[in-house]
Amino acid sequence: MTTATATKPEAPSRPRRLPPPKRKFRPRTLVIAACAWLLAAVFLAPYLEMIVTALRPSDELRDRTYLPSDFEWMNFIDVWKESALADNLRVTLLVAGGATLLVLLVSLPAAYYTARMKYRGRKAFLLLVLVTQMFQPTALLVGLYRQFHQLDMLNSVWTLILTNAAFNLAFAVWILTAYIGSIPVQLEEAAMVDGLNRFGAMTRVTLPLALPGVVTAVIFTFITSWNEFVMGLTLMTEADKQPLTVGINNFIGNYTVQWNYLFAASVVAIVPVIILFAFIERHVVSGLTAGSVK
Amino acid sequence: MPDQAPVSPASRSRGPGGRRGAPGRRRGPAGLGPLPWIAPAVLLIFAVVIWPIVELIRTSFLNISIAGVVRGSAGFDKYSKLFDDSSFAGVLIWTVVWTLVVVSATMLISLALAQLFNQRFPGRRIARWALIAPWAASVLMTAVGFKWMLNQTAGVLNTLMLDLGLIDHSKDWLGTPGTAWPWMMVVAVFVSLPFTTYTLLAGLQTIPEDVYEAARIDGAGSWQTYTGITLPMLRPAFLVGVVINLINVFNSFPIIWAMTRGGPGSDTATTTVFMFQLKETDIAESAAMSVVNFGMVVVLVLVFLKVSGWNKEEDA
Repeated sequence: MTTATATKPEAPSRPRRLPPPKRKFRPRTLVIAACAWLLAAVFLAPYLEMIVTALRPSDELRDRTYLPSDFEWMNFIDVWKESALADNLRVTLLVAGGATLLVLLVSLPAAYYTARMKYRGRKAFLLLVLVTQMFQPTALLVGLYRQFHQLDMLNSVWTLILTNAAFNLAFAVWILTAYIGSIPVQLEEAAMVDGLNRFGAMTRVTLPLALPGVVTAVIFTFITSWNEFVMGLTLMTEADKQPLTVGINNFIGNYTVQWNYLFAASVVAIVPVIILFAFIERHVVSGLTAGSVK
Repeated sequence: MPDQAPVSPASRSRGPGGRRGAPGRRRGPAGLGPLPWIAPAVLLIFAVVIWPIVELIRTSFLNISIAGVVRGSAGFDKYSKLFDDSSFAGVLIWTVVWTLVVVSATMLISLALAQLFNQRFPGRRIARWALIAPWAASVLMTAVGFKWMLNQTAGVLNTLMLDLGLIDHSKDWLGTPGTAWPWMMVVAVFVSLPFTTYTLLAGLQTIPEDVYEAARIDGAGSWQTYTGITLPMLRPAFLVGVVINLINVFNSFPIIWAMTRGGPGSDTATTTVFMFQLKETDIAESAAMSVVNFGMVVVLVLVFLKVSGWNKEEDA
């Protein structure tokens, strides 16, 4: 670690002449690798500390130590029994699952048509979608609260499903339009010559080919809805109807915070999501910046 | 008003225009035109994104009791109440500082990170994968994690800094605005870095290898190559990163809410946090704050549309 930091400033100034050598393990490569690995560790550190805290026995929470004397694995089970967080996890699962399904149902036809047809209002539709992506729920919070208050839909799980779906629609439309657009129409036409109708051609030919796009849209929507906090905090006022993020936030309002339980729940919420995200990582940037590469 | 912009073109897209326009170009499925295909999406956007905008603006002109009962119109009273609020000026200034500091730091660090992670080195895939953790994880939970690490009694950051001799007694970092702001900015940068770095990495991959080849033949040094070739060619990706980050950081709420609740008072609040604090006492004043907030978001969105070339004619 110390050597890496010491040699780092010299690395860029070291002259690099002639064609790039492909040989590995040159000193320069080692320095780069060391820096990158160190940074990777920094990025993971807060989450590792969460895991360590989650495993601390309750009586060691106030100890000024890096690691507890022994790991209390039961925390991961007790947290769901000793707090209301089990309800919150259930809400989060419902909301993330429901929103993902709704996004798919709504965005697939729109993306398919937009990718395949030129129609009047196509650009207006895409612009509307882009603007939706830019207006985040935080900016509209008071409006959302007033609206769902008037609809008498506060504390309904449908409210969070609808709102999460709407704010994630843009990403799904972008990524699906791009994927479907890249699949040659001729494939569908050939299938239709072979006797499939358009719907059959769409579901049997185009969709399977666009599957990476669909998977990306599904995972991304699921993760964003899973992590959503502000709307859950505002639109759900009863503790047992709130999603997990809000439940965890409520924890720190208490006088004595059970940090080990808090992070046991957080770790359960975070780890699967990081793994899921790794699958779609390479596609996500294009979906988030799609408006600019039109 | 600028916020009308998304409304009017949108109504065109689902109006009769679509029905009349579709035939003749290509056989539309079932002959109904775009309506059955895009109407659900448009409907959802109108019900959950456009309606609240209208509701938001309407609320800011109303008198509403704490129980939520509407007591007639308030005209511009709520706006004057907001502008006269003793915290308002401070909140605005800190919002600007917060946004500028976090976005500039994010962009600068991401430039370096993208350059580093674009190199070939053993284990690059896994190192890059570690980078996405703060992006995938809930921002709220990450912020709570930092709040814990800064805990005065047992926070690992306090322990670490004590052991390294950086401080002589453990501090209540989030207790005073002077130290709470920098730490919250650190967290905001931390969670913004992955997306930005990945955007810049995508940008770096679009620069063709032979441009570098040519520069090398011309004898350009690595710094010269970077400022002369890499940076200019990275411009589009960089601009997109700047604007998306501006919008995200400006709207950022969970970090501050989790770490200080905007307190003491409103001393560590940005406009979004202040809006949430006001919601508890006077929802109409909170709506007025939101409208001001929303106006600034609209400006940022317009900048984004300009930067991304949406004003140009569509070629596809």
